[in-house]
Amino acid sequence: MTDVSLDKPTPSTPGRAARGKAPQEGARQSRAGWFVKITMGVLCLIWLIPTFGLLVTSFRQPDAANATGWWNVFASPLKATQWTLQNYHDVLFSGQTPMGISFVNSLAVALPATIIPIMIAAFAAYSFTFMHYKGRDILFIVVVGLLVVPNQVALVPLLRFYGDIGLTGTFPAVWLAHTGFGMPLAIFILRNYMAALPLSVIESAKIDGASHFQTFWRLIVPMSVPALASFAIFQFLWVWNDLLVALIFLGQGDNMVVTVNLAGMQGQQGQGWQLLTAGAFVSMAIPLLVFVSLQRYFIRGMTSGAVKG
Amino acid sequence: MLKVINALLAILGGVLGSLLLFYVMNKVAERLPRKWEERVKPYVFVGPAVVLIGFFLIYPAIRTIVFSFANRTSTEFIGISNYTDLLSSGGFVSGALLNTLLWMIVVPALTVVFGLAVAVLADRLQLRAEKLTKSIIFLPMAISMVGAATIWRFVYETRPAGTPQIGVLNAILGKFGIDPVAWLQLSQAHVNSLLLMVIMIWAQVGFSMVLLSAAVKGVPEDTIEAGRIDGASEKRIFFNIVVPQIWPTVITVFITVLIMVMKVFDIVYVMTGGNFNTDVIGMRFWTELFTNGNSGYAAAIVVMLMIAIVPVMVYQVRNFRRQETQR
Repeated sequence: MTDVSLDKPTPSTPGRAARGKAPQEGARQSRAGWFVKITMGVLCLIWLIPTFGLLVTSFRQPDAANATGWWNVFASPLKATQWTLQNYHDVLFSGQTPMGISFVNSLAVALPATIIPIMIAAFAAYSFTFMHYKGRDILFIVVVGLLVVPNQVALVPLLRFYGDIGLTGTFPAVWLAHTGFGMPLAIFILRNYMAALPLSVIESAKIDGASHFQTFWRLIVPMSVPALASFAIFQFLWVWNDLLVALIFLGQGDNMVVTVNLAGMQGQQGQGWQLLTAGAFVSMAIPLLVFVSLQRYFIRGMTSGAVKG
Repeated sequence: MLKVINALLAILGGVLGSLLLFYVMNKVAERLPRKWEERVKPYVFVGPAVVLIGFFLIYPAIRTIVFSFANRTSTEFIGISNYTDLLSSGGFVSGALLNTLLWMIVVPALTVVFGLAVAVLADRLQLRAEKLTKSIIFLPMAISMVGAATIWRFVYETRPAGTPQIGVLNAILGKFGIDPVAWLQLSQAHVNSLLLMVIMIWAQVGFSMVLLSAAVKGVPEDTIEAGRIDGASEKRIFFNIVVPQIWPTVITVFITVLIMVMKVFDIVYVMTGGNFNTDVIGMRFWTELFTNGNSGYAAAIVVMLMIAIVPVMVYQVRNFRRQETQR
């Protein structure tokens, strides 16, 4: 988890780090005075302690979790009776709205909503990069402009529309909405990546008589895998972590996702912090896993200048 | 179980379906006379994306504008009274609007400052310490706003005076003999709103740090050397040499966070539901649409949000055009 190269400069900006400074970098001496070290240390603590407290609480006995501060466990951390896994069991499987079901729902929402837009956007990005046609530039400007448009603008009419055709509360309603909302970002990331591919490869494919369709499948898609991965991670995290769209189109019924469930748990008094904290970690498990293991692609996507509204 | 199968079917159907769509459309295009084929093909490639964007973003946006001039159930046009009602109601202007403005002033600026500070200071640590620090600061990016709000609610938790505090903040106050404070209800001087902003800053500094760190490391060494030779202090080097060169990145980060803040909803919804004078535009949109069942107000709020975002959009497009000419 700690081995992330967060500081890869973008290829277009050759700078200090890019100019062969790497070999000595590993042996770099600390240039930090005590002030810097302490500041950074304190900042790290502030960043970690809230999450850490939540994690500790999720493993505490219900009575203790709601009666005393979580830091009290460190008075006797080895006392086994104060730890329990029961909270996770309870939050996942029991109660009126078990988190386990929401977890499956979240997967059922996020996976299709991530995969479906990719191909549609890839074809569009190809046309924006390698084809010439009337209206192309205007169309792409519209895509760039739409990047910053908040998806609230579409919610009221879509809710009406889904209501009319009876799609409210179903997964396809959310898949389609996220596919539409994610389209500008997908096209933008993929097109920017494709525009940086060596044109000579595509030219030679054309000379060899390959059609656009063949060039797309045999050359461009394999070469664009890093960008496809970047977008996939962005979109997956975006959809999994989304509250507003899920709340409006799926609501709190059988199909409710983890974010809606967790938000709902806060309102109910008497849930107890041990369940709330365990529920929070259930909802965070997958994004954290995806994020930590695929951070490289995530950062590449971020540094490509994508801004999502 | 059924849901998992459904989801898998959706993935399969979605992928194969769109594949088939493109394949068939492509085949049809190839059947056309040569001249037409070249003309039609680009639209085959771009068509489905355009249809999706049109149907799920542009057309609904236009309908939202129309709804904003109609009554609460969108059955009758009532002119601009949704706007005038909202803008003349103190609850909206001095509540949601003012608070959103406060978010816009505080959060993007602090996110940039913190991100830049971490980027620059961590750069001075040993390599391993730098990576660890950055990973810790970056991690909240993965967490949903609902998750982040839960985490911080626990920090702000208040128990009656005299009983043990389980929230960190009040426990610290207790150590100094100060009575517990009901943080989320403390609207004096917008303290509760500021505490909600802390969550957003906590979540977004990682993003700011990564982008700014890449930019700082991209500053050519010789420009810094030149400053050193001229005898400039570290401070001057930073503000007069480094900052101007990373300014475009600063703007990018600022704008990204600004947009996020303008439409913030999750944090407020989970923490206070907009009560105790913490209402924001994104929250108010929800309240009007669902609690009050007034589509007209909800649409008008979104339109105002859209108008506020137009300058950002123009900037974004201009910026993009400039980059394209440099390509």
